[in-house]
Amino acid sequence: MDLLESAIKILARWDVAMALLAGSVGGVLIGAIPGVGPAVAIAILLPATFSMDPIVGLTVLLGIYGSSMYGGAIPAILINTPGTAVNALTTYDGYPMTARGEPRRALSLAYSASFFGGIFSVVCLILFAPVLAKIAPMFGSREIFLAALLGLILVVVAHRGQALIAGALASFGIFIQTIGLEPVKYSQRFTFGQDFLSGGINLIVVVLGLFALSQAFVLLTSEDEKIRLTKLRGGMFQGLRELARHPRVASVSAGFGVMMGMIPGVGEFTAQFMSYTYAQRSSKRPEDFGHGSSEGLIAAETSNNAVPAAAMVPLLALGIPGEALTAMMLSVFYVHNVVPGPGLFQNKMDFVVALYLALLILNVLVLIFLLFATNALIQVVRIPNRFLGVCILTLSFVGVYSLRNSATDCVMAAGFGVLGYILKRLSMPVVPIILGMVLGGIMEVKLRAGMARVKEPLDFIDRPVAFILFLAIILVLATHFRRVWLDRKSLKEAEWQSKQRSTSFGKMLLRRRNSLSMERGKLARARRLTWYRRLMDLF
Amino acid sequence: MPTERERRFVGLRRGQLIFALAFVALTLLMLSMITSETRWVDKTRLFAQPRFWPAVALGGMALMGGLHLYRLPWRRITRYDVWETQKWLMVVEYALWFMAYVLLVPILGYLPVTLIFAPALSWRVGYRSPRMIGFSLVFAVSVVILFKSLLAVKIPGGAIYDYLPGALRSFFIVNF
Repeated sequence: MDLLESAIKILARWDVAMALLAGSVGGVLIGAIPGVGPAVAIAILLPATFSMDPIVGLTVLLGIYGSSMYGGAIPAILINTPGTAVNALTTYDGYPMTARGEPRRALSLAYSASFFGGIFSVVCLILFAPVLAKIAPMFGSREIFLAALLGLILVVVAHRGQALIAGALASFGIFIQTIGLEPVKYSQRFTFGQDFLSGGINLIVVVLGLFALSQAFVLLTSEDEKIRLTKLRGGMFQGLRELARHPRVASVSAGFGVMMGMIPGVGEFTAQFMSYTYAQRSSKRPEDFGHGSSEGLIAAETSNNAVPAAAMVPLLALGIPGEALTAMMLSVFYVHNVVPGPGLFQNKMDFVVALYLALLILNVLVLIFLLFATNALIQVVRIPNRFLGVCILTLSFVGVYSLRNSATDCVMAAGFGVLGYILKRLSMPVVPIILGMVLGGIMEVKLRAGMARVKEPLDFIDRPVAFILFLAIILVLATHFRRVWLDRKSLKEAEWQSKQRSTSFGKMLLRRRNSLSMERGKLARARRLTWYRRLMDLF
Repeated sequence: MPTERERRFVGLRRGQLIFALAFVALTLLMLSMITSETRWVDKTRLFAQPRFWPAVALGGMALMGGLHLYRLPWRRITRYDVWETQKWLMVVEYALWFMAYVLLVPILGYLPVTLIFAPALSWRVGYRSPRMIGFSLVFAVSVVILFKSLLAVKIPGGAIYDYLPGALRSFFIVNF
């Protein structure tokens, strides 16, 4: 109870209230504009939050992270274009509802499901916080190294069919992080004698380049789309009543969201996939899924909104971000000398609970805002693509230049922007670079500290948590290699079949004729044989 | 007709081979410089060596980038790859717009440059109507007021503001 009181005290400030309001409304707006997304907004706003109190800055960023998915459902349902990447599954059932004249029902249900997911995960984590506070101190240097390694491996293997290039890009992220002055032996690494590289390459510069500038380039070179919006009439409260009719789907989906959010590198997509599959299998009308099923919409929206709060767990308890957005938030902690990790749970538990409470309030604010302002809000979907590109490029300047007032940073950000643009054109993942940079730095420090007390290799995993993490790494790698082997096997089979298959139409017809004639011949011979036997039987 | 391997490839075909070749070439170049760009310190354990993590990273890049290149279903650069590379080079123009914006702000000031940059870029990407140019002007003013005047982010005042009279000069330096 004391903990809750001191957490409320941290939040009971006008600047935190303003941050909550700005984060929630801003997040919904950003989410509702296809082509922007929370990563771009957070990247741009990061340097602006450095001058704020940690709780204020983090509340704004958390607000954007948590509420963008609410906003992302709007274009997903109304125009079949997800506002944020995680709303892709919402289009499956949301848009068919709009197509059959029920946009209001779909939006209302999406908001209610998102609200339930958000609240469920925050309540779970507030209840779970004392347990976490006991588990977190069990993580020493070796355990944090292994957890970071597990997170990195999970991010790489999550990109099915692209694991090799994802791994190469994660290694590239680790390489970028090593550039500059090495902090223990004070030696230069890959600085090529250039002073501007001695301080290393700033994470925010890379993030702004890969997310914001590259997105601006994509939008500036794309065409504007003609958008036709459906008019919404009536209230938005029916979704809450409809959600109450599907408590099982909602709670299981939220549970998947919480679990998947806590595992670094897994996140919304896996949670959504598992929830959607569960909802479809357990539904009385599985054939409706993909054609405007309310259960499908609930599963998709509940699970993705349960993730943001859960994703804060590895970040706060271990200092390990599981995805790009929490990686950006890590830099806010570092700027304010608040080091996330086991110490935070032991010494500043009220701060952690305050963050969770902020997320709770945020969900309420967003729901109220959306229930009353959706009609006005949907107009942001109309902003043309290239104009958005102009806006993002103008805003990116604030993000990069305000960091150190350095033109060199801007050149590097522009370079990473071009790289991000190329990766987007090639449909390659950008996130492994960011996580490689963040987790690579953590792994370097923790491995050095952990190995100082290790005499034999097996000593590294002689503690229970370290051993469990090591087993998890082996399991993930074994599962991945098995999948690669099965894919390879099926490819070989398909290749063999296509090799045997004739591609000549003339030959195919000839074979068909021969086959037919053979079949006919067989039938004719069999018929004649039957008659012959019958005839012989007569005598 | 695409082969089974090409059909199962995740991602678009154009530009893949050029990107993979460039990635591996850059990795090999960095690997060749590892001894000159990093140090090996005597009487220090392997994991504490300054060279250890760059070697791990470059090793990972070389191994996985090389395997990615080897597993690509294409072995020849086609005209589609060349067109895609030209498309990549086209965005360099916008990167140069961005750099011009960056370099002009300390000279002309944040507000004047933003007031020129946003409408000019809107014009460049094809918006000619007074309505869109007006929107870009409103956006430019809002951005400067929000970030510089209200949130007080660190953006230096323009050198041109030194020519303004006393009180107005400091007002412009602080707010715009």
